[in-house]
Amino acid sequence: MHATFPASELKAMFQSMLRIRLIEEAIADKYPADKPENQKMRCPVHLSIGQEAVPVGICEELRNDDQIGLTHRCHAPYLAKGGDLRAMIAEMYGKETGCCGGRGGSMHLYDDAAGVLTSLPIVGSVIPIAVGAALAMQQVGSDAVSVSFFGDAASEEGVFHESMNFAALKKLPTIFAIENNHYSVYTSLSDRQPDRPLEKMAEAYGMPAFHGDGNDVAGVRIAAREAIERARTGGGPTLMVFDTYRWREHCGPNYDNHIGYRSEGEFQHWKEKCPVETMRRLLKQEHGFGDDDEAVMVTVINSEIEDAFVYAENSPLPDAETAGDLVYA
Amino acid sequence: MPDKRIMNVAEAIREATDTCMERDDRVFLMGEGVADPAAIFGTTRGLADKYGANRVIEMPVAENGFTGVAIGAAMMGRRPIIIHQRVDFSLLSLEQLFDNAAKTCYVTRGQHTVPLVVRMIIGRGWGQGPAHSQSLESIFAHVPGLKVVMPSSPRLSKGMMIAAIEDPNPVLMLEHRWVHYVEGDTPEGYYTVPLEGTTKVRDGGHVTIVANSYMRYEASEAAAALAEVGVEVDIHDLTVLRPLNVDAIVESVSKTGHLLVVDSGWMQHGIGSEVITRVVEQNLTALKAAPRRLGLSDHPTPSSRELAKDYYPRAFDIADSVADMLDLPDDKRDQVTTMINKARGSLPADIPNPAFRGPF
Repeated sequence: MHATFPASELKAMFQSMLRIRLIEEAIADKYPADKPENQKMRCPVHLSIGQEAVPVGICEELRNDDQIGLTHRCHAPYLAKGGDLRAMIAEMYGKETGCCGGRGGSMHLYDDAAGVLTSLPIVGSVIPIAVGAALAMQQVGSDAVSVSFFGDAASEEGVFHESMNFAALKKLPTIFAIENNHYSVYTSLSDRQPDRPLEKMAEAYGMPAFHGDGNDVAGVRIAAREAIERARTGGGPTLMVFDTYRWREHCGPNYDNHIGYRSEGEFQHWKEKCPVETMRRLLKQEHGFGDDDEAVMVTVINSEIEDAFVYAENSPLPDAETAGDLVYA
Repeated sequence: MPDKRIMNVAEAIREATDTCMERDDRVFLMGEGVADPAAIFGTTRGLADKYGANRVIEMPVAENGFTGVAIGAAMMGRRPIIIHQRVDFSLLSLEQLFDNAAKTCYVTRGQHTVPLVVRMIIGRGWGQGPAHSQSLESIFAHVPGLKVVMPSSPRLSKGMMIAAIEDPNPVLMLEHRWVHYVEGDTPEGYYTVPLEGTTKVRDGGHVTIVANSYMRYEASEAAAALAEVGVEVDIHDLTVLRPLNVDAIVESVSKTGHLLVVDSGWMQHGIGSEVITRVVEQNLTALKAAPRRLGLSDHPTPSSRELAKDYYPRAFDIADSVADMLDLPDDKRDQVTTMINKARGSLPADIPNPAFRGPF
C-alpha cells in the first residue's frame, strides 16, 4: 500500500504529523501553571495527540479552495490544512493576533486563506455547516469539496443523520470523516452505541462508506483520494470512519488513564500503534531516513513553534473596549 | 394619482422574494413545503416554476440540519431563505441559530457573515393548540447577533423582507398567520424598509400603546372606539424587536405619560417587559401611572375554542387597560365596549377578524 507514495511524499506526511505532535506537546508543556492567575492559555484545549494521521492523510489530498469544518478537537486538521500556527497559538493566549482576536479560543479556529472554514464546539454542529458549504460549491459550479471532521459521538446526534440524508439526496461534494477515538469524554463507544460498524450507517442513506485504520496515514490518504475524487466529479458524498485513539484527557494537557474510565493497558495497546512512530519506522527501515534527517526536521519545527509562542506572548491582548464590536456586520 | 396596488401580506412577501430572486441569483429558498401546491400559504406561489428546483429547494424534514446547511451556504456567500410553516418547528433548529448563525460574525470579527433569512409563521385559531401557535419572538430577540422583525402590513412586509434578504446578518422574520390576510397599498418593484425602529400607526396624546404584528390591529380597533369618547392614543408598531430602538416610544411617553404594551406572546420575560424597562430607565419621571402589559394568558395555548376564548388580548382588553390608566368614568367605558361589540358582532375568537383585513 505504501508503495503508492514516493519517499518524498511519505516524508512530507511524516513531517506534517510530527509537526502537529510537537505543537500539541508544546501546548501541553506550556499549558499548566503553578497558579491559575499565572496561566497564559486560559481556555480549554482539546489535544489531538495520537490522532494525527486522519487529518494529515485527508488534508494532503485537499486543495486550498476545499473547505474543512472542525469540532472542538480542531488543532490537528487546522494545522494539516495549512492553518496559520501563530494565529492558532495567539488565539489560545486570548490575544488580538489570534485567528478570532481572542473571541473564540481554541475551539473556534478558522483560516480563510487555508480553507479552514470553521470550528464549532457543539457536538455535531459543524456537520451541516460543511454540507452547506458543499451546497454552495454545487450551486456555483465549482469542483471544490468540503470535509467535516468529527468524532464517534457526533454520529449519535440527529443532525449527523439529517446531514447525511440531505448530502446523499443532492449528491453534494462532501465527505463525512469520523475520527473514531472510541470515547466521548469518559464514556466509551460501547456504552453509547450498539455493536455494529459505524460505517454501516452510510448504507441507510445509499452512500458509499469506508472504514480503515486511522493511524495509518498512507491508508487514510489513499481512501481519501478516492472519496474526494468521487465528490469532485459529481459522485456525491462518502462516509469515512477511521479508528484511532486520544492519548491524553478529553480536555486539558494531562494523561488520565488512572482515573478509571479506561485502562493503562488499552492506552499502551494504542500507543504501540502511534501514527508518527509507525511512519518513522517505515522511513528509517525502507527509505534511508536517518536520525540526522529527523533532527533537521525537528529543529525546523521547533523553531517555528518557538516563534509562534513568542509571537503569542508578545502580542497585545485585545482592547476590552472592543468586546461589543461586530455583533452585527 | 396612480391606482393603489392593493395586495395582502402573503402576496407582498411573495413579491419581495420574487424581486430579490430576480435581482440576485445567490438568493434561494429552502424549507418544508416551499415548492408544494399550498406554497406556504401562497407566499412562495409560482417561484418553484419560475426559478427551478435548485433555487426553491424542497427540504427533508430536518430543521436543525437544514438550518446548518443554510448557514454553511451563507458563510460561503450564498443568500438562503428558510421557511418554517410554524414557529414551533424552528425549535428543532435553535442550536444552529443560536450557536452558529448568531455568533459567526462576532467570533470572526466580521470576516465571515451569515446573510440568512428565516421566516417563521405564528399560527392562531382553529384549534391549533399548544405546539402550533406559539409566538416565541422574545426567545429569539434575547440573542445578540440575530435580528428579529415582525412586519404587520403589506408595505412593511415587502420592504422589510427585501431588506432582510440583503442584510449581511441573520434575520428572523415572524409572520402572524392572520396578518397574512391584511391588505394594503404596496409599492411596485424594489424598495426597502430599514430593519430598525418602530412604525407609528396612530397619533394621539393621552396614552402610548406599543403593539406588534396582529396586536397592532386589536390596538387600532380599541383606539378607534376610544376616540369616540375623546381618548386619543399613540400606537407604535414594534416591527423590529432586535436591534431594539425605543426612541420614538420614549418620546411618545414623555408626551402622554402613559404606556401600555400589548405582547403577541407571553408576558413573563417578554417584549413588553423589555420595552417598559427601557422606558422606565430612560424617562421614569414622564410616567404618570404604572405602565401596563397585556399578552397571552400564562398557560399553553388550548385547542378548544371555549378554552382559548380569553387567551389572546383583544380590543376590549386594550380599551379596558387604557380606561383604567386614565380612570375613565363608567359611562365612557360602556360606550367604548358597545362600539367594539358593534364592530365585532358575534365573531368567535378563533377565526380572523375580517375587519382587520383592511385594506389599510
